[in-house]
Amino acid sequence: MNKFYMSSLLAIFALALIAWVGAPALPWLFGIVLPYLAVAVFVVGFVRRVMGWSRSAVPFAIPTTGGQQRSLPWIKQAKFDNPSSKTGVFVRMALEILTFRSLFRNTRMKMNEGNRLSYHLEIFLWLGALAFHYAFLVTLLRHMRFFLEPVPGAIQMLEAVDGFFRLEILYDSVQFGLPGVYMSGLVLLAAAAYLFLRRLFIANMRYISLPSDYFPLLLIMGIAFTGILMRYFTKVDIAAIKQLAMGLVTFQPSIPAAISPVFYIHLFFVSVLLAYFPFSKLMHLGGIFLSPTRNMLANTREVRHVNPWNYPVKVHTYEAYENEFREKMVEAGLPVDKMPESAPEEMTEEEKE
Amino acid sequence: MADETPKAEELIQIDHRPPAKQWMDVPVNIRKGMYCYASNPKSVEYLGLPNARPWNPIEEDWKLPENWQQILHEGFKERLEKFRSIKVFMDICVRCGACADKCHFFIGTGDPKNMPVLRAELLRSVYRNDFTLMGKLLGRYAGARPMTIDVLKEWWYYLFQCTECRRCSVFCPYGIDTAEITMFGRELLNLLGLNIDWIATPVANCYRTGNHLGIQPHAFKDMIDFFCDDIEEITGIRVEPNFNQKNADILFITPSGDVFADPGTYTAMGYLLLFHFLKEKYGLNVTWSTYASEGGNFGSFTSHETMKRLNAKMYLEAKRLKPKWILGGECGHMWRVITQYMDTMNGPADFMEAPVNPITGTRFENAKSTKMVHIAEFLADLIKHGKLDLDPSRNDNKIVTFHDSCNPARGMGMLDEPRYVIKSVANHFFEMPANTIREQTFCCGSGSGLNAGENMEERMAGALPRSNAVKYVHEKHGVNMLACVCAIDRAALPAAMDYWVPGVDVTGMTELVANALIMPGEQERTTDLRGEPLPGMEEADE
Ligand code: HEM
Ligand code: SF4
Ligand code: SF4
Repeated sequence: MNKFYMSSLLAIFALALIAWVGAPALPWLFGIVLPYLAVAVFVVGFVRRVMGWSRSAVPFAIPTTGGQQRSLPWIKQAKFDNPSSKTGVFVRMALEILTFRSLFRNTRMKMNEGNRLSYHLEIFLWLGALAFHYAFLVTLLRHMRFFLEPVPGAIQMLEAVDGFFRLEILYDSVQFGLPGVYMSGLVLLAAAAYLFLRRLFIANMRYISLPSDYFPLLLIMGIAFTGILMRYFTKVDIAAIKQLAMGLVTFQPSIPAAISPVFYIHLFFVSVLLAYFPFSKLMHLGGIFLSPTRNMLANTREVRHVNPWNYPVKVHTYEAYENEFREKMVEAGLPVDKMPESAPEEMTEEEKE
Repeated sequence: MADETPKAEELIQIDHRPPAKQWMDVPVNIRKGMYCYASNPKSVEYLGLPNARPWNPIEEDWKLPENWQQILHEGFKERLEKFRSIKVFMDICVRCGACADKCHFFIGTGDPKNMPVLRAELLRSVYRNDFTLMGKLLGRYAGARPMTIDVLKEWWYYLFQCTECRRCSVFCPYGIDTAEITMFGRELLNLLGLNIDWIATPVANCYRTGNHLGIQPHAFKDMIDFFCDDIEEITGIRVEPNFNQKNADILFITPSGDVFADPGTYTAMGYLLLFHFLKEKYGLNVTWSTYASEGGNFGSFTSHETMKRLNAKMYLEAKRLKPKWILGGECGHMWRVITQYMDTMNGPADFMEAPVNPITGTRFENAKSTKMVHIAEFLADLIKHGKLDLDPSRNDNKIVTFHDSCNPARGMGMLDEPRYVIKSVANHFFEMPANTIREQTFCCGSGSGLNAGENMEERMAGALPRSNAVKYVHEKHGVNMLACVCAIDRAALPAAMDYWVPGVDVTGMTELVANALIMPGEQERTTDLRGEPLPGMEEADE
């Protein structure tokens, strides 16, 4: 039994319970105050974190070079893995952010018969992570329909595409009498579940996982689950929810009657996620842009990088060196800057540059 | 030591399953064979670094200053402002585990704290406790723990089980570089005088005599003269290297390890032959320096400041001797320092010219600012232009593979130049499996100052992935020569080969070049630089 994921699970149930019990009594708190607060904490926290990172110096250019450097003209450079131009860095970063390129390299080490090590492509982490993030993004964008009036064409199109596939595949078998099933929600839930189970069942993953790894996954699974519940199983009044959402964004908040408690749980989870975000590892969203091993030019021998806090250090100068070894050097026939005088001269151990 | 090292058959029985307890509850066990001896106080003192005193890692009392926790806390805080890398890396790891089985030390030991992510968590846990809201509020549930003497010992043990090879960083979705975290962690440890002697003493030596081995100028010249005698015996030619000569075309700097021990010495002989060839044929004038007689930089395994103090000599010497530019020999971490630190720390080197190969006219655009060219780039350019007279068949009894050293691979990206050179001078070349070379190369297991004698078990465990890949090509293609461009490799890999893949020797790139290089006026060669018969000359060798 691992108290780390159990504690996260319990936290999620506690949060759900709070919203379930609290929202009917204090709908304005859960429907208005907490969402506003959460957004404020998110924005301020996020900005402060990123500012905090930006304030720290970048003393050295330390890109991890993932391919052939730019050198002789006839040697083919890995322009994106070892970028010497801004375009190269841009592409490298774009590939990282949009396709999780480094994660795509992932291999799994295995010790085989005859003590032979092998490294196999291990694509599931990459696949799961990519599915998870894109599903999250699509769900997020799709939710803009609640906050925008009229709903922009782009969002409607996204909904159409997102709903389209499922409609084709499942419409006949899953007869909810709904216009369609959105893929993104289901994929989000499934991918988050996969990422969670991976932590539970791979021994080394369990070993390195902290409550702060289980908690956000469970929370997002909770969000997706309550969302799916509302959409397909319990009847919710979409018009009322849109009214609430529009009230929030236009700063004329009001609580429409007849909003289901499931919605409040959903909304509360989202509020918690937002407020938790800036203080957690979820900040990798911002951090990846600032990672010096990825976002720096690998032209470090061609262009000098300046360290803002470079300071003079004590060095052992040539003069001090020659002073110590002059006689021996002369004897060995090595050239010296200063010929030895007849009187032995005193030795300077150290001299400041 | 060596005899206490477990046998290869025993060491390869590795259990990669973690203990049942949570990692914070598993106390560190500083085990013989897995750590290096503590720094000699004299060396620490010579450099003026903190807390010089005799101490022993396996004793209870590490003789720390009274306020050591405060020193660490302040040091941590200061560096969070100075290094964005550290601050970002402390905050954004998601513990996805992609880096976990990428580390040769985890593969070779199965110790979960050698997973790069956990190595970093050792520090991150203290960071959370000291510097983050969540850590302060939730303590252990946020993965935070206070700094204690046991945590400190754990830091020390595992930060000296990382060779700063950056392999983990290639696989991390955010580029989190555990090597950078280790460098930072060791810098903190040095604030308390917690270095290992295999680093501290070479650093002190280098500071004083110009090289890690403490070779004084006259002795340095003597050693090279020795090589000249050997070369004369083999080729019939007397090479006459220059030392500390002003206004030469090129200043040559290479790690002193190659002057000192086999098989690096053959690479050093290779340099001598090459420079002699270039002088005779093209009038190129190269000088060695006794003051800057070290390319390597064990300071970089100590702290950024120490790195800078040692590295300063290269540009100081160039300023004094006034060469047009600097040529650097085969070394791994030396090139990490040159590529990513030197110019920033001790530049700008505006007193030299942007490097141009006077023989081919090639401008080394990529080295325009540092003014320092790698010998593999230089050789590749010469060979491409047909400027070397080569007889690759002299290397025909060598079936060669190439080990990318960590730093030239992942801190520079010099992958194809040495391959081009080697394939030009040796006819039999085979690559190791794709996941073990180029940017995914495996460390020799002894980098970053860990190639001592007392930690042989650690080194052999760390060398397992590399050796295993060599074994594969050894069995499949009969590879008998492991080529590299790193002096630490040449010091460390022979032991690893003896241990894991007997029958494979280690060579530098320039040694292979010099074997094939036809010197003007040479006698008929019967042996290679090692004194071993050339192919077809086995009879002639008496
Ligand atoms: C950032 C966080 C959020 C996530 C990850 C999230 C996730 C989800 C998911 C997975 C679903 C169901 C899947 C689907 O429709 O296919 C859903 C539905 C829903 N969500 Fe969210 N949600 C988020 C924010 C919000 C917010 C801020 C609101 C409130 C205004 C909201 C209101 C709803 C409603 C009303 C539904 C039911 C929609 C329907 O019947 O079509 N969600 N959400
Ligand atoms: S790969 Fe990167 S993000 Fe993933 S566990 Fe390792 S350091 Fe953390
Ligand atoms: S830098 Fe190399 S040795 Fe250090 S943790 Fe990463 S893979 Fe392991």
